[in-house]
Order: sequence, then C-alpha cells, then structure tokens
Amino acid sequence: MDSAVETHGEHEEVHYEEHHSDLYYVKIALFLAAITGAEVVWSYQNVPALFLPVLFVMMAVKFVVVVLFFMHLRFDHKLFSFLFWSGLVLALGVYIATLSTMKFFTK
Amino acid sequence: MADTAIHAPADHGHDGLDDHGGGHGHHTSLGLSNNKLAMWLFLGSECLLFGGLISTYMLYRGRVAKGPTPDQVYDIPFTSVSSFVLLMSSLTMVLAVTSAKRRDERNTRLWLVVTALLGATFVGGQVYEFTAFYREGMGFTTSLFSSSFFTLTGFHGVHVTVGIIMLMALNGIMGRNRVVGDKAEVVELVGLYWHFVDIIWIIIFTLVYLIPA
Repeated sequence: MDSAVETHGEHEEVHYEEHHSDLYYVKIALFLAAITGAEVVWSYQNVPALFLPVLFVMMAVKFVVVVLFFMHLRFDHKLFSFLFWSGLVLALGVYIATLSTMKFFTK
Repeated sequence: MADTAIHAPADHGHDGLDDHGGGHGHHTSLGLSNNKLAMWLFLGSECLLFGGLISTYMLYRGRVAKGPTPDQVYDIPFTSVSSFVLLMSSLTMVLAVTSAKRRDERNTRLWLVVTALLGATFVGGQVYEFTAFYREGMGFTTSLFSSSFFTLTGFHGVHVTVGIIMLMALNGIMGRNRVVGDKAEVVELVGLYWHFVDIIWIIIFTLVYLIPA
C-alpha cells in the first residue's frame, strides 16, 4: 500500500491517494464473491429467526467494502464521505419513515 | 505497508497542466476537485432515487391480483451469476483506475473495455430475464408487484447502460488523446459511477431476489 499526499502551492490543493497492488483488489473481489455465494446458499436455508439478519449483514458488508475500498472512500477526503453517507442516511431515514407510515413493518 | 509521498508544486506546473496531458479541473477552496465533489454529491442524491424505488417495490411485492408471484418467476441461480458478473466488473473497473494512476494507458483502456463487456453481459442477462418473465405472463401492468419490479430493475439497467456508454466513450476519447484534464481523475469519476451501480445491485439482489415476498 502506498499513499500520496500532493500539495499544490498557495491553493493548498490536497489529494489523498492510496496506491494498492492489483492483487490487493483481486483479494477484495474474491472476498465479495465468497459473500455473494454465501448469500445465495443462505437464501435456501430454512432458519426463520436468523434468515433476515444474516442476509442483511452480508449485504451491508458487501456494500461497505465496495464503497470503502473500490470507491476509495476510506482513503479519500472526509467531505466526500460526508456527502455520500449523508445522502444514504437521509434516504434510509426518509424511506423507513415512509414504510412505517404505510404499516410495512407491522403487517 | 504504507508509503507516503508528498509531491511539491514543482511536479505540476502553475499553468494547471499535469503529466497526464491535460489541465487539472477546477478545485474548491479546500483543494478538492470540483468534479469529484460533484460526482459524490450526485451519488448521494442517487441514494434517494433508488431508495424510493426500492421502498415502492418492498410495499408492492406482495400485491399480485393476477399473473405470477415473485417466487414463481425468479431464477435465483441465473440472477446469482449476473450478480457475480457485475461484481467482477467492479474489480476490472478498479484495475482500470489503478492503471490510470500508474499512467499505464494501454491497460487502462483494456480494463475499461473488459468492464464494459461485463456490464453488457449483465444487461443482456437482464433483457433475457425480462423476456422470460413476459413469456410467463408477467407484463409491466400485470400487477403492482410487476410494475414496481420492472421499474426498479429497469432503472438500474438504464444506469448500467449509461455506465457502459460512459466507459466506451472514455475509451474512445482516450484513444484519440482528447481527454480534458487529469486522465486518472476522469477514469476515477467514471469508476465511482460504475461502483455505485454495483452497490445498488448488491441491495437489489438481496432485497428483491433473495428475500421471499
């Protein structure tokens, strides 16, 4: 892993860059593929109590890994993280409230 | 494991031109790229769009007055393969971005084309799936479930198609050496869009296909 911080004169232009080997990303992709396989296998299991929580955890792990590593949000400026996560949290809040209003969770 | 490098202003001239053959885009007072900031803002707003579509599907997936139900039409093994293909396209996209950062134009263009081909495979699979559903009696207006399903997955498919067009256009522009600004940043911006399309599918695959109605 190799990070680079670039400064450009009086603008204080700063780039946060992380340089990883191709193998690093291949390993992450294999991890994601393994979780996808596990999700599919799990979807055929009959475990009522754990079925949804386990699927949600696997989905969330895949989502976060892609955002943090493939989209480089882990290594980038915090403002980018704020913009993306605030959009996501806003969406989750708005639609959970909407679904609650429609009695989706109580049916 | 981590090496930190600080590039002084001398590396990039004050005329805004860099070693990628073009000028840097405009930057904010924080020193961040305006283009990248706009892309992240756009992706944040896209969360709201897909949130609405996913919520609508969740509300209506059990509303089948006529036509097949989700359990009768979904082909999980087929969709799993499609999901795997889209996931691998995220890998090839990130390899294109790292190649661009290494200023390896040949590999950058190669990975862009591979990503576009994987994306096209995914869209082809989606067209096949839609056709199969239609033949089984599930049209767009058959039920609330079918309408919300086709709207959600159709919107996603359109996003993938736009991504493929962006990838091929970037490949063509790079071939003619007409990229305006920092090539690595342009590839990264297209990559951000592509990965976003992938993470939306991660959610759709679980909520729509794997969780029974």
